[in-house]
Amino acid sequence: MPLNAIVYETEQIAAKASVSAPQHPIAALTNITKRYGTTVALNDLSLSLHPGEVVALLGPNGAGKSTAIKLLLGLIAPTSGTTRIFGSDPRKAVTRARVGAMLQVARVTETLRVSEHLDLFRSYYPHPLPVADILRIAQLQGIENRFFGQLSGGQKQRVLFALAICGNPDLIFLDEPTVGMDIEARRALWQQIRSLSAQGKTVLLTTHYLEEADALAHRIIVINKGRVISQGTPTEIKRSNGGRTIRCHTRLTKEFLQTLPGVSNVEWSDGAAVVTASEAETVVREMLLRDESLSDLEVAGPALEDAFLALTRNP
Amino acid sequence: MATSAIAHPLPAVTGFAHTLRILGKETKYEFLKLMRTKSFSLSTIGFPVMFYLLFGIANRNATAGNIHIAKYMLGGYACFGLIGAALFGIGVGLAGELAAGWLELKRASPMPVPAYLFAKCASAVAFGLIIVSILTAIAVTFGGVSLTSTELIKMLGITIVGSISFASMGLLLALVIPANAATGIVNLIYLPMSFLSGLWMPLRFMPHWLQRVAPALPTYHLSQLMLRIFGYGDSMSLATHWNALIGFTLLMLGISWVVFHRKEQNA
Repeated sequence: MPLNAIVYETEQIAAKASVSAPQHPIAALTNITKRYGTTVALNDLSLSLHPGEVVALLGPNGAGKSTAIKLLLGLIAPTSGTTRIFGSDPRKAVTRARVGAMLQVARVTETLRVSEHLDLFRSYYPHPLPVADILRIAQLQGIENRFFGQLSGGQKQRVLFALAICGNPDLIFLDEPTVGMDIEARRALWQQIRSLSAQGKTVLLTTHYLEEADALAHRIIVINKGRVISQGTPTEIKRSNGGRTIRCHTRLTKEFLQTLPGVSNVEWSDGAAVVTASEAETVVREMLLRDESLSDLEVAGPALEDAFLALTRNP
Repeated sequence: MATSAIAHPLPAVTGFAHTLRILGKETKYEFLKLMRTKSFSLSTIGFPVMFYLLFGIANRNATAGNIHIAKYMLGGYACFGLIGAALFGIGVGLAGELAAGWLELKRASPMPVPAYLFAKCASAVAFGLIIVSILTAIAVTFGGVSLTSTELIKMLGITIVGSISFASMGLLLALVIPANAATGIVNLIYLPMSFLSGLWMPLRFMPHWLQRVAPALPTYHLSQLMLRIFGYGDSMSLATHWNALIGFTLLMLGISWVVFHRKEQNA
């Protein structure tokens, strides 16, 4: 009996696979405004998701991330604008059958076993994954007969992840998926997310761990106060903050350094000059030429944290 | 052979057999969950049984006119028990699941919300039937109560009706009360309502001004439907009691629907 090849994760830590040129979006929020009384949660916001990509939705608390996800899941209706998932209304059961979600749940039914939770959720979908596969992907082997209340924090998160993928969905929403997990569990989950993307599935994740967005996302969408303020690959977002930092001890003056090409900021910290420039190599070459006594040279890549903070800082 | 997940044609999720299967599983797991939650199952079954053993069995030989007290109390505590199962099972249970975001996760899935509500209602009915069966067994064995099979079947029928009726009240309470106050508020409604409807003590032993409250309470009308089976009812017509109970159920469902839609808008 020939064994069908199963396209699942490989053992090595795979780098992010590149995504082909943007195809027709499978999910879109178009000109969405959502008001709660006088508060405007989302203000003419548009975003779209394409097949196979991992998109990270970043923003400070209260930015509108949860509202955007709830709209995409069809849990709430917009005040104006349209939501489309696979070309139709997200509230329809046929659409929901292709979507999986991992939300932050304060308390899951503790008196049901892991296998029972899976059995129930699997029954909602027309073509669920086999139980053995779900247990393997979510790393729940061996604990399927435990009551949910007896699980550790990381195990509980893995069960929620299992519920999100049990229906073999094409579009998956992960809301803070690795919160409370240790580093090993987090890396393992990242591996699973990459494998989902490799299978052609689309993932939208929200996270406060910028390292996670940097490691997983093909595209980052930064929102604040209900609007999209920046979109791009992690590299593009990081570069948007003015590039790399050059740190050294030098006798060159601030006035001179500011004249160098592409320099956006010069300041002194702990006796060392910190120069922010988009073209680090050109600036470093010029500085080494002009100052032979230059020492303790460090060139650092742009940090996502800094870019994020700069983008979401109140003007 | 790698299957392209995206090219998969939209599958049928609205088939009747599919929905029935979900309904069955949802009900099974809801019932299991309630049974395993000892704080719920022990108290919902335990309290009516305990009260009946204390007050009903003690009166096994007492009669008032042609009313056998132990049998009268069987009717009263049967109602008390099934109402408690519905209000706590749904009122408190659903409130908790709503607050925790669990219901939101289920709504985001293809689960039909009616299946979820049906499961909760069916579990309340199941618990009602269990409580009434245990009370009846105790009454017949230790209380000297004699019951014909017709009376028993009618009792179980009224139990089902009452469970559904108070399940709708539980639904409204869950939508309106904050989850951490749910147990307290349900108790504050359930206990006085039961007392004032004569479920613990026949109404005529209470002061007249308190007796007048009873016809305003749905619990009173349910208990009258139950007591009618034994011929122990009051002077109001049967139709009045049925109309009151059905009207109450529709009112609860109606308000729940409005509240739920308003919540959805502001979620």
